[in-house]
Amino acid sequence: MAIIAHPDFKRHMARRQWQGRAFHALCLMAVGVALAMLVLLLGYLIQQGVSRVSWDFINGFPSRNPDEAGIKAALLGSIYVVLIAAVVAFTLGVGAAVYLEEYASRNWRTRLVQINIANLAGVPSIVYGILGLEIFVRSLGLGRSVLAGGLTMGLLVLPIIIIAAQEAVRAVPRSVREGAYALGATRWQAIWHLVLPQALPGILTGVILAVSRALGETAPLIVMGALTFVPFAPDGPFSRFTVLPIQIFNWISRPQAGFHQAAAAGIIVLLILLLAMNAGAILLRNKFQRRPEA
Amino acid sequence: MARDDLTQHQSAAARLRASLPRHWKRILSERIIRFLLALFSIVSILTTVGIVSVLLFEAILFFQEVSPWEFISGTRWTPLFASKHFGIWPLLTGTILTSAGAMLVALPLGLLSAIYLSEYAPDIMRRSLKPVLEVLAGIPTVVYGYFGLLFVTPLLRQISPNISVFNGLSASIVMGIMILPMVSSLSEDAMRAVPRSLREGAYALGSTKLEVSTRVVIPAALSGITAAFILAISRAVGETMIVVIAAGQNPTFTLNPFVPIETMTAYIVQVSLGDTPTGTLEFKTIFAVGLTLFIVTLAMNLLSQYFVGRFREVYE
Repeated sequence: MAIIAHPDFKRHMARRQWQGRAFHALCLMAVGVALAMLVLLLGYLIQQGVSRVSWDFINGFPSRNPDEAGIKAALLGSIYVVLIAAVVAFTLGVGAAVYLEEYASRNWRTRLVQINIANLAGVPSIVYGILGLEIFVRSLGLGRSVLAGGLTMGLLVLPIIIIAAQEAVRAVPRSVREGAYALGATRWQAIWHLVLPQALPGILTGVILAVSRALGETAPLIVMGALTFVPFAPDGPFSRFTVLPIQIFNWISRPQAGFHQAAAAGIIVLLILLLAMNAGAILLRNKFQRRPEA
Repeated sequence: MARDDLTQHQSAAARLRASLPRHWKRILSERIIRFLLALFSIVSILTTVGIVSVLLFEAILFFQEVSPWEFISGTRWTPLFASKHFGIWPLLTGTILTSAGAMLVALPLGLLSAIYLSEYAPDIMRRSLKPVLEVLAGIPTVVYGYFGLLFVTPLLRQISPNISVFNGLSASIVMGIMILPMVSSLSEDAMRAVPRSLREGAYALGSTKLEVSTRVVIPAALSGITAAFILAISRAVGETMIVVIAAGQNPTFTLNPFVPIETMTAYIVQVSLGDTPTGTLEFKTIFAVGLTLFIVTLAMNLLSQYFVGRFREVYE
């Protein structure tokens, strides 16, 4: 009572409360700056590029004339690369995750694999480009093809899928497996018919995350040797190719303002694709989650 | 005749099938599946082995022609010119400058955002702000490069005309924004893992929210926050397209943020885009640079995991 009545206490309390409010404002401002940057970035892109987005732009090949340049070759290249990467990384990633969660015993070897996966997720993407160049392009003789690009991207996103799939598989309750074993199911039958279907939404979220990453990556494919000017659509796994981010990069590095507009338009298409995939991920997850719980 | 063979063949297979006890087959197929899955999990190990051996093998070839001492101590990097120098320091200063600059942006903003989300924001704000911040992390880096070169740089040049078209400052700012969500989201996770009881104890002693946040929550979450920072630096060091587009391709031994520079990653892209034939000494430089980059980021990732491990020990 005596302390609270003391004039120093009141003064201190007022200062502490004032500091608290100032700090609250400061924290809010930091979030505000981040949001403002996002708005600024998107606003600038739309202002610069939206008038260039048209069917002719999407269905046109690159051109030396900035107003006629399109993204058909790059878009198709991106789709090829991302599809190959997704198939490779999904198969290997889910398989590895199931092995690590359901089969592997908890020993130093499993720990090593686990640490290794965590570290791979942190390797700069450009290093994967070097790996792809040496292993797929040169040693395996695939050339600078869309297949080599897809495989490189597959390895790049593999850790993302493994980590997501491991979490999804781990979240399936033990009782599900035990119920299956009690009915005479083998380990694999329990995994295939019960664990994996329940883990699927989590796995798919990881896959979509991985595909978004693969769709936006530029540097590894440049190092691997994708082209920057491709006036043709890829016609098979051994075709040479370019991807949308590389096409955008190519247009940014040209001096003419017309190409910068084309770059902004390309970015808008790229962002719409990414947005659509993430919306798809949310829809998929909701759809699967409505299933009755086992 | 052929038909007889076929039925004979079929009945032989059927006899074999019947003679093989059912559970043997199940055991066999279970074994095969297990083996295949184990093979899949080895691919990640093979990837690491591949990265390390490719980088080491080619870097050793490079160091047979260039002395390692020149590489790690030289301050001139001109492998693509007639008078060749192979000192990595200009690329290192470029990388240090842009990464440090990015951290100067991402660290305070990211940490303050994390404090806001973890300590101040009402639940509904937190749940709607987090995904929006994550959008920033999902934007491809080539987009940030575009924004840096064509929006931020012209703005900076209006403020000070001395700034070059390509400069480390603009790349740093944009890279900081890109890394910010990573810092804020990982730091927030660490802060939310701090038990409520610690906060309530501090409130019971009459602390304000500011005091609880800065003197209780942050110290308690410090190893997790440190891990987030180190991971963010590692990300900045390995970041490529922003610096290729906005920072330039001039390996300069300087920490001046207003002039064109070149980072390790940007150099690798420059060589890849050029017409340097594979197998030449000029081309082998990318493996020596790639190895340096790999070692630096690996060291930081391991350090970050060490801090995460410490943070788990305390609260689980």
